[in-house]
Amino acid sequence: MTSLRETDVLIIGAGATGAGVMRDLALRGISSILIDRSDLNAGASGGNHGLLHSGGRYVSADTRTAAECHREADILKRIAPHCIDDCGGMFVAVEWDDETFARRFPDHCRDAGLPCKELSTDAARTREPALPGTVIAAYAVPDATIDPFALVLGHVDHAIHLGDSAYLPHTAVDVFEIANGVIEMAMCRDLRTGAETRIRARQVINAGGASTMDIAQRAGCSDVKLLYSKGTLLVSNTRISKGVINRLRVPGDGDILAPGGTVSLLGTSSVTVPRIEDNRPTVAEIDHILAEGTQMLPVLETTRFIRAFSGVRPLLAAPDAGGNARRASRRFLLFDHEDQGLKNFVTIAGGKLTTFRLMAEKTADLVAARLGNTAASTTSTTPLPQGDAIRWTEPGLAARDWYRRADPSDMIMCECEMVAQSAVDDITADAPGAESHMSLKAIAQRSRIGKGACQGAFCAMRVTSHLYDTGVYDSRGGLELMRAFLAERYRGVRPVLWGAQLPQAELAEILHCGLAGLDLMGSSTTGEPE
Amino acid sequence: MKRHTRHVTADLAVIGTGIAGCAASIFARDLGLTVAQIGHSGAMAYTTGYIDLLGVLDGRVLDDPWSGLDALRSTDACHPLARMTNHDIRTAFDRFVRLLGEMGLGYTAPGDRNVSALLPYGTTKPTLSLPDTMLPGSDALHRRAPALIIDFEGLQGFSATEFCTNMASVWPGLRPARLVFPGLEARPVFPEVMARTLETPVAQEQLADLIQPLLNGAETIGLPAILGLQAPDRVRARLEQLTGATLFEIPTIPPGVPGIRLREAFERELPRRGVLLEPQNKVSEAILRSTGVDLTVQGALDDLRIEASAAVLASGRFLSGGLKSDRYRVKETVLNLPVRQPETRDGWFSAEYLDPAGYPVNKAGIEIDAAFRPLGPDGVPASDRLFAAGVVLAHQDWVRQRCGAGLAIATAYGAVQAAAGSINAR
Repeated sequence: MTSLRETDVLIIGAGATGAGVMRDLALRGISSILIDRSDLNAGASGGNHGLLHSGGRYVSADTRTAAECHREADILKRIAPHCIDDCGGMFVAVEWDDETFARRFPDHCRDAGLPCKELSTDAARTREPALPGTVIAAYAVPDATIDPFALVLGHVDHAIHLGDSAYLPHTAVDVFEIANGVIEMAMCRDLRTGAETRIRARQVINAGGASTMDIAQRAGCSDVKLLYSKGTLLVSNTRISKGVINRLRVPGDGDILAPGGTVSLLGTSSVTVPRIEDNRPTVAEIDHILAEGTQMLPVLETTRFIRAFSGVRPLLAAPDAGGNARRASRRFLLFDHEDQGLKNFVTIAGGKLTTFRLMAEKTADLVAARLGNTAASTTSTTPLPQGDAIRWTEPGLAARDWYRRADPSDMIMCECEMVAQSAVDDITADAPGAESHMSLKAIAQRSRIGKGACQGAFCAMRVTSHLYDTGVYDSRGGLELMRAFLAERYRGVRPVLWGAQLPQAELAEILHCGLAGLDLMGSSTTGEPE
Repeated sequence: MKRHTRHVTADLAVIGTGIAGCAASIFARDLGLTVAQIGHSGAMAYTTGYIDLLGVLDGRVLDDPWSGLDALRSTDACHPLARMTNHDIRTAFDRFVRLLGEMGLGYTAPGDRNVSALLPYGTTKPTLSLPDTMLPGSDALHRRAPALIIDFEGLQGFSATEFCTNMASVWPGLRPARLVFPGLEARPVFPEVMARTLETPVAQEQLADLIQPLLNGAETIGLPAILGLQAPDRVRARLEQLTGATLFEIPTIPPGVPGIRLREAFERELPRRGVLLEPQNKVSEAILRSTGVDLTVQGALDDLRIEASAAVLASGRFLSGGLKSDRYRVKETVLNLPVRQPETRDGWFSAEYLDPAGYPVNKAGIEIDAAFRPLGPDGVPASDRLFAAGVVLAHQDWVRQRCGAGLAIATAYGAVQAAAGSINAR
């Protein structure tokens, strides 16, 4: 089955940048179709600390990027305060660190226009009791954290509500039909159903994150060159610090502990990888990050971690960085591809989550000009709306909402995070992507389902049963989707299985194998009685 | 106030109150030994109620567990079940299942073949014995008999629609229906509460009245496992009489009623059989002596000091606290016995979810000799008076192999026989 859709702009990649471009265009009156081969934030936009950088991390190496982060963070704090925890941050050096480097930090901050306040060891430890007595230097900076899922859901939702724009998850471009320097048609495929969709767009934007190079090549462009840097992070069971704690040294591994609502995220590692397919966290990476992190925060040695995850940073390959991703640029680049012979194709690559809005604005400027639209970008001043179906990624919100409504018939499906059935129903009805059969995984990406201590062991089964009850699932495929969801969770859970998580792992075996028989699914004998 | 310490002597101390521990106490009483049993039996509520022996070997579902055991002896001689003869395993299994019947929980007599037992998500599990309340479900599946499957508003993780949908390819003729449980409208409902409610005649009649209009010719009805806690067979018989249909139960997401029934039945029955049972406490200190084992239990009000001539360690795995780990090693918690385990943490879990081979850490546990004596660091038994049983033992993967109950029962039997021998030989 083939369908044809027409739009002003096709945007490939539903990370922060793609979603940002979609909203920026919609605010200028330009419609778009956003597609992603997986789903929202499946790449680097979802696989990071959720850090809204003050810029402090880059002051010593790249004043321009640092200043850019600072400006953009201020804008986001104004337009999307509900996505942000303005928790503040600190740069801290401990006994083993280079004191000379540490003492130059305030000067570097001044050069980048970044506010920075020196703290005594006592003041630092009063503010963050988890810090050890070995602190030798500490500076407060305006770091914050941002919920990338709330951010991207909000952008896509807003764009859809502004007009004719649409979001198609699990859809990828098979082939571009090109004639006379113009992409005339993008032959796309729904990777879940196999159905073909032909999308005719006047302009095509490649915001594919780690896939941008492949997508550009598919359009015959060889000018996009990226370096892939794998970063791994750990998620703790509880929040360890009030604000962001950065190690004050030449950026290295295990340097940053960032709060994420009710939890904390520790990372990262940085390993240059040749391919992007298998980016699962490993035991060795976890142990390495902990070895580094405990130097600054000894409490991490006994912290309970519930999950790890890896993202791939798609960095612009700089000639002077060699293979060292830590030295590669965090800047972004817009390719108009005109020297490649294409008139309606652009690629936006590199950059950071903190600067996604600016990246989207520059991209939309170029595309709008090509379309003859002279409206200016308004994303630096237009507040990001909230909506019922897109608010469930906020930690603690589901619980507060449930207590406030006090409806005893509204059952809690995820006990760790207190997500109620009504939230699941909101998401399946109205969240971006809802029009195309929302799975357990998609619901989890739009809520806190499966993000607590049991990592979905119980709630995956409860939500799956509910999706059968509501008719979303109507075949054994629902059980297979549950297995696929749990398999993906397992990739992140596996390297942090020790201590209090081992009973959880055993319980998961009892539930998923003993009670659900998932390990025997697909074996010829299962379900086939004697 | 000074804490009081009670002193007790016993022939056998049993550490653990799961199926292995309870079976060990029963087997020991059968031999006339005095028994003190300590543990925390919460994890029993995680069982389906099915008493399996060996359901899966090398990822293949076994029709005949007994020949599966024969195969195990030649391919995996370290497996705890491979250390016993089929005759002894059958003796233990028969005795245990008979005991359950004596306690008021009817179970099918173990035969020569595994039975396909129903699971709530429309899949099945091979088991050797199952509660009488669940047998008609397996029979109906076997005959592809039409059946009405009922679930309840507010009961999470149990969907009749899901069960029927996922069973449809092998068992057509299933029909789902949903009821509001009498007296529990517009709220979350829990199997244990429903089961206690259904012990009253009024609730039985109310439920039967709700089921009646749904029957529409159906002769067989499946329900979540909620048919009473103390006397499920009587509750089921009464409901069958009221509805005129055959009823069967399907296990639910834990904590589930079939497991709670087992736990409560043992907590009633063991003291009645003369076992000194401490089901809410764990051993805080255990000391091996040449003449036996000394245990200390810190209770809420007083301490208990047990001097036993021998002990059976049946403390379970991570969920029950018999094993624990830090970031580097797996440890045994009661006596710090050596634990057989992969070299490093990276080897504990396979790269792939539900790796058909099972996760290597699943087979971690304590090593025993032929007489069920745990081995110390030097590879010889840690004591002539210490024995071990159940899933704390190494070389088995009870969840994947569907052998948890059988392993618990059989090794409890083996350990108690050996312990009795050591006590009598003194």
